[in-house]
Amino acid sequence: MGLTLAEKILSAKTGSRVEAGDLIVVGVDLIVAHDGTAPIAINQLKELGLNVFNPDKIILVLDHAAPSPKDTVSNLHKTIREFAWKNNIKLYDVGCGVCHQLLVENHVNPLTVVLGADSHTCTYGALGAFATGMGSTDIAVAMGYGQTWLKVPHTYKIKVDGKLPPHVYSKDLILTIIKKITASGATYMSMEFHGSILKQLTIDDRFTIANMAIEAGGKTGLFPVDEITLKYLESAGRPANIRLEADPDAYYQKELELHTSELQPVVAAPDQVDNVHPVSDFEGQEVNQVFIGTCTNGRLSDLQAAARILKGNKVNSRVRLIIQPASAKIYLQALKTGLIETFIEAGATVNPPGCGPCIGRHLGILADGEICLSTQNRNFKGRMGNPNSKIYLSNPEVAALAAVKGYITDPTGYR
Amino acid sequence: MILKGRVWKFGDNVNTDEIIAGKRLLTLDFEEIAKYAFEAIKPDFAAKVKPGDIIIAGDNFGCGSSREQAPIVIKKLGVSAVIANYFARIFFRNAINIGLPLIEAPGAHQTVNEGDIIEVNLKEGVIKNLTSNREIHFKKIPQFLTEILSEGGVINYLKKNGRFKV
Ligand code: SF4
Repeated sequence: MGLTLAEKILSAKTGSRVEAGDLIVVGVDLIVAHDGTAPIAINQLKELGLNVFNPDKIILVLDHAAPSPKDTVSNLHKTIREFAWKNNIKLYDVGCGVCHQLLVENHVNPLTVVLGADSHTCTYGALGAFATGMGSTDIAVAMGYGQTWLKVPHTYKIKVDGKLPPHVYSKDLILTIIKKITASGATYMSMEFHGSILKQLTIDDRFTIANMAIEAGGKTGLFPVDEITLKYLESAGRPANIRLEADPDAYYQKELELHTSELQPVVAAPDQVDNVHPVSDFEGQEVNQVFIGTCTNGRLSDLQAAARILKGNKVNSRVRLIIQPASAKIYLQALKTGLIETFIEAGATVNPPGCGPCIGRHLGILADGEICLSTQNRNFKGRMGNPNSKIYLSNPEVAALAAVKGYITDPTGYR
Repeated sequence: MILKGRVWKFGDNVNTDEIIAGKRLLTLDFEEIAKYAFEAIKPDFAAKVKPGDIIIAGDNFGCGSSREQAPIVIKKLGVSAVIANYFARIFFRNAINIGLPLIEAPGAHQTVNEGDIIEVNLKEGVIKNLTSNREIHFKKIPQFLTEILSEGGVINYLKKNGRFKV
């Protein structure tokens, strides 16, 4: 019997063949924590009485509430900075961007094991890394020992054939998949992506899709390492010499097949990510705020999609449009290519790179009874800072169009 | 280990944002943030829960973010165990790591009512509902995880053993 991508990576890492269900202890190649999770990890490492096993394998990012909105947060930032400086750990300070974007831009390589004290660590599966989110204590243990225990996951094979129709984005694809398998359909499992769609999916598309594996309960979301991955790694100046594919006779506990002809622009309606419906079902739904950004859809291609709608248009006078590039690098590219100018001219607010509104920390908290359309990955009750508000999720084009119109509307046929 | 307490019931897919909202995580003062546990879905919970009380939920309890503050506030409020049909993966690890017992007992959610008094025998894998006189059996968690729990969490476990013994 052949091996799935998850089994292949973990077998390579442990040096012996491992299969779904095996309980293993495995070495960790990269560990990441941010200002929301690092402080507890730092305390727990102290509790353990250990130093970091290897500072070069740890990355800390100040992104969740950055720059700090409050004195208590400033103190947590200070703790993290001092810990990083003392231990010679790479620190991305405020304004650098969302941890997951920084990790894929600068650090993650195929065939590695990456742990992050954040559930969306699964994003790096787009680069063929076994990457998964854990809590702060697990991360502290990994920082101290360089190892973690885990159960080799079973795999959910997701096969998608065809090409994305006009106005349909990778966000619509992953939301549709989550609708089909539900918010817990891949719990404890690795999601592995197959099919002729792969050739069409840019690396940004793959990041968006892998990012949301956790929204179906997945442990990670894995893509093969192919031409598209290698090109990306090469352009980022990283080694591009490993290809990775699942064995044709690998065992899959569950399988889903879909054809892109089934796809259309969708939204996830409040308050669950799997509450997915065609955009047209919510035609005319008024919005108070539109947020374009995050580790799901804050990349250059997302900003370009938004700019195509916003160019020459104005944000509706009853809507706030907040745009937040996922990293400083993306911000700079957006600046140099005129996107930021387009946004400002349209009347948008551009936030510094980071998480802010996505998690209700600052820079865009909703009022009672308000409705936000966001390109983020979660619409849970209170996620954006107010349990009396509602969040819809969509692709960046639908979001930008709603900002202009003042209501949710299907972009199919628009211009 | 036998736990006895009064039951609080929750539904399916209770996520970590609902357990403790992101906006409350601006400090490490867990006593303080515990006051806001479940504020969006059960606003009186934090004020009324008593040490020893037990949470019973449906499917996929603890889904969403990796925030360890979720099991931490539940433990801080004195909840002795969380029972669910099944748990989201990261929450499951986090709870075991900090020594909060979790029990996967599909069926408990259907048969136990809010306010019932139950007794949980972790070693035997039995929940006794003292209010209705019914018993529910559950699959015990792997030995390796039981050991972490009985040490009060993974930090103590590692201090004692020096490594994972899976
Ligand atoms: S952008 Fe949102 S989902 Fe992504 S890491 Fe930040 S808070 Fe989490």
